[in-house]
Amino acid sequence: MLEIKNLEASIEGNKILRGIDLKVNAGEVHAIMGPNGSGKSTLANVLAGREEYEIDGGEVLYNGDDLLDMSPEDRARAGVFMAFQYPVEIPGVTNAHFLKTALNEIREARGEEKLDAVEFLALVKERMKLVELDQKLLNRSVNEGFSGGEKKRNEIFQMAVLEPKLTIMDETDSGLDIDALRIVSNGVNKLKNPNSATLVITHYQRLLNYIVPDFVHVLVNGRIVESGGKELALKLEEHGYDWVKEANNVAA
Amino acid sequence: MPQRAILDHEFIDWTKSSFQLLENGLNGSARLPFHGVRKAAVAQFAKLGLPTTRDEEWKYTNVLPIFKNQFALANQEPVVAKNAIDAFGFEGLRDKMIVLVNGRFSKELSTLAIDDSTVKVGSLSDAIARGEKAVQEHLSRYADFNSEPFVALNTAFTLDGTFIHIPDDISMPHPIHLCHIVVAEDAAAAIASPRTLMVVGKNSQVHLIESYHTLEESAHLTNAVTEVVLEQGATVEHIKMQLESKSAYHIAASTVHQAEKSCFSSVNIDLGGAIVRNNLNVVLNGENAESHLYGFFRTTGSQLIDNHTFIDHAVPNCESNELYKGILDDSSKGVFNGKVLVRQDAQKTNAFQESKCLLLTDDAVMYAKPQLEIFADDVKCSHGATVGQLDEDAQFYLRSRGIGEEKANSILRHAFASDIFERIEVAEVRDMLESLVFEHFND
Ligand SMILES: Nc1ncnc2c1ncn2[C@@H]1O[C@H](COP(=O)(O)OP(=O)(O)OP(=O)(O)O)[C@@H](O)[C@H]1O
Ligand SMILES: [Mg+2]
Repeated sequence: MLEIKNLEASIEGNKILRGIDLKVNAGEVHAIMGPNGSGKSTLANVLAGREEYEIDGGEVLYNGDDLLDMSPEDRARAGVFMAFQYPVEIPGVTNAHFLKTALNEIREARGEEKLDAVEFLALVKERMKLVELDQKLLNRSVNEGFSGGEKKRNEIFQMAVLEPKLTIMDETDSGLDIDALRIVSNGVNKLKNPNSATLVITHYQRLLNYIVPDFVHVLVNGRIVESGGKELALKLEEHGYDWVKEANNVAA
Repeated sequence: MPQRAILDHEFIDWTKSSFQLLENGLNGSARLPFHGVRKAAVAQFAKLGLPTTRDEEWKYTNVLPIFKNQFALANQEPVVAKNAIDAFGFEGLRDKMIVLVNGRFSKELSTLAIDDSTVKVGSLSDAIARGEKAVQEHLSRYADFNSEPFVALNTAFTLDGTFIHIPDDISMPHPIHLCHIVVAEDAAAAIASPRTLMVVGKNSQVHLIESYHTLEESAHLTNAVTEVVLEQGATVEHIKMQLESKSAYHIAASTVHQAEKSCFSSVNIDLGGAIVRNNLNVVLNGENAESHLYGFFRTTGSQLIDNHTFIDHAVPNCESNELYKGILDDSSKGVFNGKVLVRQDAQKTNAFQESKCLLLTDDAVMYAKPQLEIFADDVKCSHGATVGQLDEDAQFYLRSRGIGEEKANSILRHAFASDIFERIEVAEVRDMLESLVFEHFND
């Protein structure tokens, strides 16, 4: 589904990604871990189409298409979804209106009928239950004044409504309390299907107890320096990153 | 600038000769006391002349291009088909219209019928001729033609307009819509001088909508003056919408006089016009009065929209609240000058002012100048002016959810303007305006 080949990217002249290789097949869950500043969010943003980043080399294929050549909206319409590490507040745009517009643009691009207000509300109510998001948040401005945890839940709620094929979760667990973590993870698991794949960026093993990865990758200084099964996450939790850095000759 | 002087001179000469013509056509009504006011105004205009960018108040707005045209007073009796105005009515309020063509009250086109015989809504010239008490008391008392050249020009050529008098303790069950249309028939550009006087009695309530339209593109000048008087405890919402063609010139002065415990709320919307200047002056002249001034403008091409507001806190315990927003595209220009005067006696004043603008291009320019003059010591006042671009993080957020770039921008512009539109209390106007400004958003 997703094939990243030797991807290099920089921002404002600073090289952040220094040659990433990653292959994700439908049905798989990949976790990406790594120290602060190693480039995890950069990778997520480049995949989502943030234009501030410059692509210096490599390519990304998404179901065979050149992902980097697509606009952010076309990527979303093709099923790419990034749950933001820092969801953006948009005063003056209600969550409901935002999501309905997004859903209908995606449906239209897929040649499906737009949902009317009634159908949309029915869908939204059902999906809100999945992540136990307070219904009041629907009529508030997007993320404005939401608590840290509410913002993260709202991201997964959007995912639940938009039903992407490739989800990139950028530290969705940070800011969630223990119960919320469980609820949100269960939601993500329920939405999982053989045709979708998930990239989970996290610092903590805890999330991976719920969303169990097939592969774990360690990103250090813009490169994937170690890959393994879910046991790799446990090892990182216990020993930190120094051993990975040492083993790969990266300055600590 | 000698060229200017010639222009100024020529225009003053034109004013005098046009006034002479007007006077000749007045017949009996030249003997009415108001004609004395006209005469004083035309004389004062000759003294003041046209403002130049050397005047602090007109620093960014050069009116000269307007007067390069050969002018004529707008035809007073043009023929306008009844269905021509349909487009200008609001859904649900089409039977609440007072229509003015080139500043003149049109009985044929107006649709408003008032049941209550104590409420007066109609032609200003009739009210002048009747010797209406409220007219004698208030007309031209607030809009200052001694210092404002365009008020002088309007007053000199005030032939007609709208007179509204709502006596005490009446809550108008529906809004009143003054629909102004300019029809330029001749080769020469027309000057229309619409005039409105509204007096709202004690504890009475009304929503007044003033909308300005053009039937066809023309380089005419609308030079409007509106005076609003709020007696004790009166509540007024005044919505002014300027929707003239992009080649029109529009200059308007609204002067508001508030007695104690009155509440005035103004929403000023500008979408049309080549050069537009609004002066909104509010005097808080009785304690515990409140004023809320909101404004929104959207400019494209080379439009220039200039909003000058002046709030005079003359007495203690009053509150004023002001928020103006603009979205500027292409190489358009915007001006906001918000003056707040808190006089020495006006203790316990609350005065808040904010202006926020979005520049969509590098060529668009906004000049925002708050001007607080505070002479009392026990007051709460604040002001802020921001000029920025669309939030790129928000843009990306929307696009990353599948919303196209154009639509994302439209949503963000709409969000930016929405806190002005939300203030509009007349739902029919709010809905119409939203769809007018953001056609792409509401599907
Ligand atoms: N606009 C920018 N200009 C310069 N450097 C930037 C810019 N944006 C990000 N960076 C840098 O890029 C590096 C990678 O950032 P990124 O957000 O991808 O890290 P991360 O792995 O997600 O970290 P964290 O775990 O803290 O979320 C950081 O060193 C960051 O400071
Ligand atoms: Mg990050």
